[in-house]
Amino acid sequence: MAKRAAPEVNAGSMADIAFLLLIFFLVTTTIEKDSGINRKLPPIDDSEVDPPIIKQKNIFTVLLNKNDQLLVEDEPMQIKDLRKAAVEFLDNGGDGTCDYCQGAKSPSSSDNPDKAIISLKNDRETSYAAYIAVQNELVAAYNVLRNRRALELGPQKGFNDMDFIKMQNNLKDVRWTGNKEKLKELVDQIKVEIPQKLSEVVE
Amino acid sequence: MSKFKKKKDGGLPPVNTASLPDIVFMLLFFFMVATVMREDTLFVQNQLPLADQVEKLDKKYPVSYIYMGKPSENYRKFGTVARIQLNDKFADVSEVGRFIDAERLALREELVPFLTVSLKVDKDANMGIVGDVKQELRKVNALKINYTTGIGDALSNIKN
Repeated sequence: MAKRAAPEVNAGSMADIAFLLLIFFLVTTTIEKDSGINRKLPPIDDSEVDPPIIKQKNIFTVLLNKNDQLLVEDEPMQIKDLRKAAVEFLDNGGDGTCDYCQGAKSPSSSDNPDKAIISLKNDRETSYAAYIAVQNELVAAYNVLRNRRALELGPQKGFNDMDFIKMQNNLKDVRWTGNKEKLKELVDQIKVEIPQKLSEVVE
Repeated sequence: MSKFKKKKDGGLPPVNTASLPDIVFMLLFFFMVATVMREDTLFVQNQLPLADQVEKLDKKYPVSYIYMGKPSENYRKFGTVARIQLNDKFADVSEVGRFIDAERLALREELVPFLTVSLKVDKDANMGIVGDVKQELRKVNALKINYTTGIGDALSNIKN
């Protein structure tokens, strides 16, 4: 008897079925975007206490007008230069109490990172995209300084080659094997040394 | 009539499509794993701006979403000014407070202080509406917010 080949199953419609499922998933699901810039809003303060007086030189004013143009410390500026300007302002260390600052120690700029405040004001017509870009640059300025500080302090405490962002990620990562308590202490210390003081003006 | 029929020549042999289902299934599985079911139907345009100094939204804690943007193509009758969308509905600024209260009611008590509000704002919206919503959130003491963004170069947001 002649050898017969096993009959082939017709799989032509399988692709159709798979396509159907694929298209169903394409339309009913989204790729989740779950990251962004975290901010904390100031609570509404009803008390009649006068706000503390802050020296003008400790305030870094950033104004964003309705045409998305920047005015930083009364000077027009491009957004790409904002990060550097903010770093210079925060890192100034004018009163000499900040021994980790490497700035110009100019008496007309901020006293130390703890006193320095960045004040952001935007117009109602400012576009959200520009606002986010400015926020991003200001957060980046703080991160630049914190990373630098982390790379300075890390090796002393036994955390080599870890910048601040990496430290924070490791702190959150359950799989990270290392001394978490010591790391948390270090992260908190850097946060105290270079606090993020970003205030927004509300009319 | 000869017993040995000459094989028909000419005519291309059919292309073997047996691996096509495999490829499509692969795509399907990718989408099943990488995406989540849509929670709300978007009525507004929602192209998020980009930023690179981002932190992940902590999914351990509850997150509420507020969408803002121009009404999308099918909802043009609601105008072309940016609007707020809460839970599948267009909403007014004054409803934000009630929305947060409702979200809090649905939570376990110990999680209420950790509620984060994720603002998903279209990049063409202007800050007026965002500022109004922020002010409303302050009134109901929902202070943890997150400007949800894509990941990329923030400077590319600006057109000039």
